[in-house]
Amino acid sequence: MSNVIELKNIVKTYDMGGAEQVHALQGVSLALGRNEYVAIMGPSGSGKSTLMNIIGCLDTPTSGLYEFNGINVSEMNDNDLAKIRNKEIGFVFQTFNLLARSDALHNVELPLIYAGIPAAERKRRAKETLEHVQLGDRVHHKPNELSGGQRQRVAVARALVTKPSIILADEPTGNLDSKTGEEILMLFEELHRQGNTIIIVTHEAEIAEHAHRVIRIRDGKVASDDHVTKRRTYAVA
Amino acid sequence: MYFLTELKEGLAISFRAIRTNKMRSVLTTLGIVIGIVSVTLMSTAIEGVNRAFDKSAAAFGTDVFYVQKFPWVSNDDWATIRNRRELKVEYVDKIERKSLLTDAVAPVMATRREVTFGNDRMDGALISGTTDAYLSAAGVSLADGRFFSAEESNGGRPVCAIGAVVAETIFPNQDPIGKKIRVGGFPYTVIGVFEKQGGLFGQFTSDTRVYVPLLSFQSNFGGRRRDVTIQVRAADLKQMEDAKIELEGIMRQIRGIAPGKENDFSINQQEILTQTFGPISLVIASIGLFITGLSLFVGGIGIMNIMFVSVTERTKEIGIRKAIGARRRTILLQFLVEAAALCLIGGLIGLIIAFPLSLIVNQFLPTSMPLSVVFISISISLAVGLISGFLPAYRAAKMDPVEALRYE
Repeated sequence: MSNVIELKNIVKTYDMGGAEQVHALQGVSLALGRNEYVAIMGPSGSGKSTLMNIIGCLDTPTSGLYEFNGINVSEMNDNDLAKIRNKEIGFVFQTFNLLARSDALHNVELPLIYAGIPAAERKRRAKETLEHVQLGDRVHHKPNELSGGQRQRVAVARALVTKPSIILADEPTGNLDSKTGEEILMLFEELHRQGNTIIIVTHEAEIAEHAHRVIRIRDGKVASDDHVTKRRTYAVA
Repeated sequence: MYFLTELKEGLAISFRAIRTNKMRSVLTTLGIVIGIVSVTLMSTAIEGVNRAFDKSAAAFGTDVFYVQKFPWVSNDDWATIRNRRELKVEYVDKIERKSLLTDAVAPVMATRREVTFGNDRMDGALISGTTDAYLSAAGVSLADGRFFSAEESNGGRPVCAIGAVVAETIFPNQDPIGKKIRVGGFPYTVIGVFEKQGGLFGQFTSDTRVYVPLLSFQSNFGGRRRDVTIQVRAADLKQMEDAKIELEGIMRQIRGIAPGKENDFSINQQEILTQTFGPISLVIASIGLFITGLSLFVGGIGIMNIMFVSVTERTKEIGIRKAIGARRRTILLQFLVEAAALCLIGGLIGLIIAFPLSLIVNQFLPTSMPLSVVFISISISLAVGLISGFLPAYRAAKMDPVEALRYE
């Protein structure tokens, strides 16, 4: 089975003005396969956010090779990266990052608009995806009319709607209480069971315990890469 | 197809943004509204001045020469011109006899007098003494009644033909024909009323004139030392140049000017006015439009300013959109559409305000807002929106998604 993501010796250096440089990533190599459930862990300042940005094609590495589905994306331009983000990556953020003035449906529809899908099909798919995350009855609610958990589920629906190759979640439970946080994790588990590839970036060990594989980053390098045998699972009805 | 979807999304986003920031949008748009109002009114006024001038110039007739002591337009020494010999009424017969290329010659003397009928009066009407040949020499026509005949002219009868404005002023509710009016105190019977010519405030046209037979004019208002204008109409519009050369030759002969000497008279024609006025009106129009254009420019800067604010405020939103796949041009288009929509709304409101104002201008100048102005204003406001929206939109489009997402 071919890998979805292959990172070879990725280096990311930030110029901080003058001669000062920050070496956020210092040669990271990773391979992630299809339908994996991976947690990327590390303390703040470890470089995990930078790694996530690069995996999410929001940023390009200073050097190294990044292949996404076998395509070299490390030297792509802005527009091609936007296309990859649109079609292949579903983002879930800690702060949800929904458009405040748009209702749930429009938020979920948005990636499809950028993909150039006709209106009727867009609406249908967005509605289906919202039903999939149990929000079929909240389609026309705006983010401020939804609870935190519901907002995050809208965000998950927005990530899912383009049927991306990976779902990339950055501290997805960070702004939720533990009960709703667990609900979101259950949702991820279900999505994983349905065949999705999921990457969660977190600093909470508890959350990482749900993943099949835990990658720890420290000082811009991969400190450990373990396949978990004893996972915490939820009984899903 | 894809572009249309983006455009529709862009429009939806802009209207949502405009609605969210109502007060700000109104204030920003105000700049464009004022700009469009002043530009449209200015071009309407310029159009009016031009039309008024054309009408006034037309009143002189394209095929009529005015033989006069003074030139209409000249750079020559004023004293030399003033010292020219006066023209004489007798020239008329000589010109008529000798000229082959002209078909009507009429002398005209003029003075200002008040005209009254009962209690209605008009001050400063231009009283013109002329002959029966005037009607064809000037190429004017009557709305009502007739001009004086050769007999009335030669006999110096107390009859007159009056201009349309004179008729309106002293005969507000009556038919003037056959009525006895007083011109500078002397009684005259109205036998004809001219067609209204319009023009620049009614100047230079027959509208404010009263025509009486020359002999009567001379005996009532004095004529010895008065300046006379000889109006000569060319027989054929196509032979204007030849007719002018012929006329010049006849006049030199009458005046006994030796070859090589300068003319001591002037042959004026409408063309001189249009040639002089054309460039002047162009300069006035350019300056007027430039100055009013400045207000539109200021409006454009307002739009640019507010678009920069809008882009900064929505940095996070731009980040989100980029993260889920919006390309540079999508973001660029979104903000361009927003700026253009603001300006278009401003332009339309401006037009709606300018239209009734142009009707007021119409009271003073023969004009109406030209349809082209409507289209031009809309295009201009669109262009202002696109130009002033471009820099902010470009800044938004090239934002780094990582930075933008981090923005709070």
